[in-house]
Amino acid sequence: MHNGEIVLELKGITKRFPGIVANDQISLQLRKGEIHALLGENGAGKSTLMNIVFGLYQPDEGIIELNGQPIVMDGPNKAIECGIGMVHQHFKLVPPFTVTENIILGMEPKRGFGTDLKGAASRIAELSKQYGLNVNPEAKIESISIGMQQRVEIMKTLYRGAEIIIFDEPTAVLTPQEITELLQIMKRLVDEGKSILLITHKLKEIMDVADRCTIIRRGKMIETVTVADTNQETLAEKMVGHRVQFKTDKRPANPQDSLLDIANLVVTAENGQRAVDGISLSIRAGEVVGIAGVDGNGQTELIEAITGMRPIESGTIRLEGRDVKHGSPRTASEAGISYIPQDRHKHGLVLDFDVSENAVLKSYYEERFNHKGLLDRQAIEEVAERHVEQFDIRTPGIHTPVRSMSGGNQQKLIIAREIAKEPKLLIAAQPTRGLDVGAIEFVHKQLIAERDKGKAVLLVSFELDEIINVSDRILVMFNGRFVGETTPETTSDQELGLLMAGKHQGGDRG
Amino acid sequence: MNKLKALFAGESVKISLLSIVLGLLIGAIVMIAGGYNPLLAYQSMLEKIFGNAYDMGEALRAIVPLIFTGLAVAIAFRAGMFNIGVDGQIVMGSLGALMVGNMISMPPIIHAIVAIIAGTLLGGLWGALVGVLKTKRGINEVISCIMLNWTALYLSHMVIKAFMAEEGTSRSQSIQESASIQINWLSGLLDGARIHWGFALAVVALIAYHFYMNRTKWGYEIRAVGNNNHAAKYAGMNVSQVVIRTFFLSGMLGGMVGTFEVLGVFKYMAIASATSGLGFDGIAVALLGMNGALGILLAAALFGSLMYGAQGMSFGANVPGEVIKMVISIIIFFAAAPGMIRWLLNKTKRSKQANREG
Ligand SMILES: Nc1ncnc2c1ncn2[C@@H]1O[C@H](COP(=O)(O)OP(=O)(O)OP(=O)(O)O)[C@@H](O)[C@H]1O
Ligand SMILES: [Mg+2]
Repeated sequence: MHNGEIVLELKGITKRFPGIVANDQISLQLRKGEIHALLGENGAGKSTLMNIVFGLYQPDEGIIELNGQPIVMDGPNKAIECGIGMVHQHFKLVPPFTVTENIILGMEPKRGFGTDLKGAASRIAELSKQYGLNVNPEAKIESISIGMQQRVEIMKTLYRGAEIIIFDEPTAVLTPQEITELLQIMKRLVDEGKSILLITHKLKEIMDVADRCTIIRRGKMIETVTVADTNQETLAEKMVGHRVQFKTDKRPANPQDSLLDIANLVVTAENGQRAVDGISLSIRAGEVVGIAGVDGNGQTELIEAITGMRPIESGTIRLEGRDVKHGSPRTASEAGISYIPQDRHKHGLVLDFDVSENAVLKSYYEERFNHKGLLDRQAIEEVAERHVEQFDIRTPGIHTPVRSMSGGNQQKLIIAREIAKEPKLLIAAQPTRGLDVGAIEFVHKQLIAERDKGKAVLLVSFELDEIINVSDRILVMFNGRFVGETTPETTSDQELGLLMAGKHQGGDRG
Repeated sequence: MNKLKALFAGESVKISLLSIVLGLLIGAIVMIAGGYNPLLAYQSMLEKIFGNAYDMGEALRAIVPLIFTGLAVAIAFRAGMFNIGVDGQIVMGSLGALMVGNMISMPPIIHAIVAIIAGTLLGGLWGALVGVLKTKRGINEVISCIMLNWTALYLSHMVIKAFMAEEGTSRSQSIQESASIQINWLSGLLDGARIHWGFALAVVALIAYHFYMNRTKWGYEIRAVGNNNHAAKYAGMNVSQVVIRTFFLSGMLGGMVGTFEVLGVFKYMAIASATSGLGFDGIAVALLGMNGALGILLAAALFGSLMYGAQGMSFGANVPGEVIKMVISIIIFFAAAPGMIRWLLNKTKRSKQANREG
C-alpha cells in the first residue's frame, strides 16, 4: 500500500454526448505511486473519462486538479506538458520508422541543424534499463511484436516526462506471457514514483497489481475500494449491480454428424510462408471446438481460409460434404458460415456507418432488405432494433455511428449480426476481447446456446480460461499444425501452456 | 424544417461557411496589399454575375459543368478513390458527342439523345478503364488518370484531324443543328446566353446521386468500400467490381460535361494544347461540398459564379482575374484542412464561455 499525496484529482466531471451522459459527476483521486484501476461495464464511460484527463475531450462540468491546482486540459499537448501520458489501445506508431524515431517524433532533439539521434538513442536505452522495458532503440516498429510496440508507447510517455500514465485496456491485445511482463513493468513504474491509471476488464489483473479501484456504472461513480480488502466476486457485483457467474454452466455436448471437414489443408500467409501446414480437422454439429495457441501460429490463416477470405494452396474444406474450397467470403457466408472476426475495427465494422447499416453488412443484398436495388430502410431498422434489444447493445439509437460506441458494444453488435444469420458453422475469433465480465458471460452463453441448437462452433482464443470454459474439445495449434488434442475436463493450464510453446505431446491430428 | 436547421448547425457546414468568408477576406487583404480596392472589385464581380440577363444566364452555364465534375469526383471519393482523370473523361465525352453529332444524320431530338448517350458512355468507359487497370493490374488510379488525360487529348486530336477537320482552323467541324441541345427560347429570353438542357440534367443528376448513394444497395456498397474496404471484403462484397463500377459512373458524369459543352455551348471541339481543367475544379467543388448532393450544388454555384464574375473584376476594378483563383484556392485550403477552422471555432467558443463566466 502506498500513501502518497494526491497528484491528480477529478471533481464532479460530467460529459454529455448526444443522447447519453457518458460521465455523470465522477470524482476520483490518484495518489503518487499507486496503480489505480478503473472498472466498469462496456460503455460505462471509462475511456471518456480518461480522454478528458488527457485533454482529448472537454468536460461539460467539473474540475481537474493537478497537485492541488485546478487546471484546464485543453489538448493532449497540455496534458503532456503537465506530465500526463496515455497509452492508447490502438497504437499511434509509424511502422517503417525505428523505435527511436517514433519516440522522438514531434519533439526531435536538435543538435546544430540536425537531429541528435545518437543522444536520443542513448537516453532511450537508459530509460529502457531503468524501467526494465527491454526495447531495442534501433529496431523498426514493423518488425517488432505488439507487446514490444506497446512498450514503445510507454517509452514515449516516459521520454516526454510523464509522471502519470494512463493505460486504456492495455492487456486486451497481449498474449498471456506479454501480460505478465506488462504487469511487472507497471509495478516497476510505480516503484520509481510514477502513478498509473489503468482501465481493464480483467479482474485478475486488478487483484494482481492495483492498489485501489474505482468502479463506474452507467456513467456514475459507484465507489473507490482498496483492492487488498476485496475480491473478484465483490468487484464484479459492484460493477454490474448484481451477482456474476464466472463459470458458464453447460450441459455435456450432444454432437451429431460431422459438419465441417478439413483435410490436408495448406495455406500461405502474406509473407509467402506456409502458415497452415497440412492440417486436418472435423467439427461435428452440436460441439464447440476450441483452438488454443499463441498468436501467429496459423490460426488466423486457417480461419480466413475457411471463411473464403484467403485462397488455399492445397487440401479440401467441406461443409456438410460440399466443397467450399474456391469460395469467396460471400459463398462461404451463404453456405452457412458466420464469422466473428478477431479485428473488429479492420474487418467487423464500417466505423462510419451507423448501427443499422452495420447490422446488415452481410445481408443487405438479400431480398428482405433489397427490392431491385432499393434498400428497405424499415426492414433494416427493424433488424437493428432487434439486435440492440436482444443483445443489450448500449447505444443512444440505431442511427448512432458505431465509431462513437464503446468497444464492448461494437463487439456485441458484430456478435448479434453473426448469430442472427442462423449459421450452420459459427467461427468466433477472440470474441470477448475487450468485453466486461458480464458481457463475456453473455457471449459464452450465446456460443453454447448455438451449440445446443445443433450448430458447429469453432472458437479461437489466446485466453486459456475462455478455451477451457467454453470448448468441448481443445486443439492446440503450433507452427501451422495441431500439436495436441484434449478436453477441458482432462487438461490443465500447465499442459496447454506447454503444448502452445511447442513442447510436443505426440499426435498430430484433430 | 428541423432537419434543415440541424444541417446548418452541423460543424462541417460551419467549417465550409467560415472557409468561404476567410477566403474572401484574405483575397481582399491581398488586393489591398497590391494597391487595389477590394470593395470595388467584389462589387464589379457581383455586377458581372447579376448585372443583366445575359450574364446571369452565362453564369448559370458556368455552374453546370462544375456540378457534374463535382459529382464525378465525389462519387469516387465516396469509394475511397481519387479520380483526377475527369478531364480526360470530359474529352472523351466531347469526342463521342461530336462524332455522333457531326458524322451521323438523324431527326432532331433523337439525334441529340443519341449523341448524349454516346458521349456519356464513352466517358464512362474511359473512366472504367482506370478501374480495370487498378483492380486487375494494381496500377494506382492517380497515375493512370494522369496518363489517360493526355491519351484522351491526343486521341481526340487524331480523330478530329482524320474525320472532322475544319480546314484552316484549329478546331473541328460543327455538329449538325439537329443534335443541338441549346434551349433556344430560353437563350432568347436571356439575350443569347447559352442555356442548354444540361442544366435540367444537372438537377436530375444531383437528385439521382443523392438517391443512389443513400438508398440503393449499390450506393451502400460504394460507401462501405470507401470507408473500410477490408470490412467490405469480409462482408462478401466484390470490391473490384465496386471499384470498376464507381469509375464507370464517375466517367459517365465527366463524359456528360464534355457532351454538353459540345452539344449545348460550343457546337465544336477545339484542338487545344491542354485539357479544360474542369475536372480539377471538380475536386474543389467536391471538397467544399463534402461529397453531398446539396453541398456540391452550393459549392458549384459559388465557384462557378466566382469564376465567371472574375472577368468583371479585371474590367471594373482593374484587378487581375487570377485573384479569384487565389480566393478559391484559399477556400479549398481551409475546407481541406478543417483542423485550423476547428481550432478557431474552439477558441471563440472558449472566449465566449470565459466572458459568460467572468
Ligand atoms: N465521441 C463520442 N460521441 C458520441 N458518443 C460517445 C462518444 N464517445 C463515447 N460515446 C458514448 O459514451 C459512452 C461511454 O463510452 P466509453 O467509450 O467511455 O465507454 P467505456 O467505459 O470505455 O467502454 P468499453 O469498456 O466498452 O471500452 C458510450 O455509450 C458511448 O457510446
Ligand atoms: Mg473504452
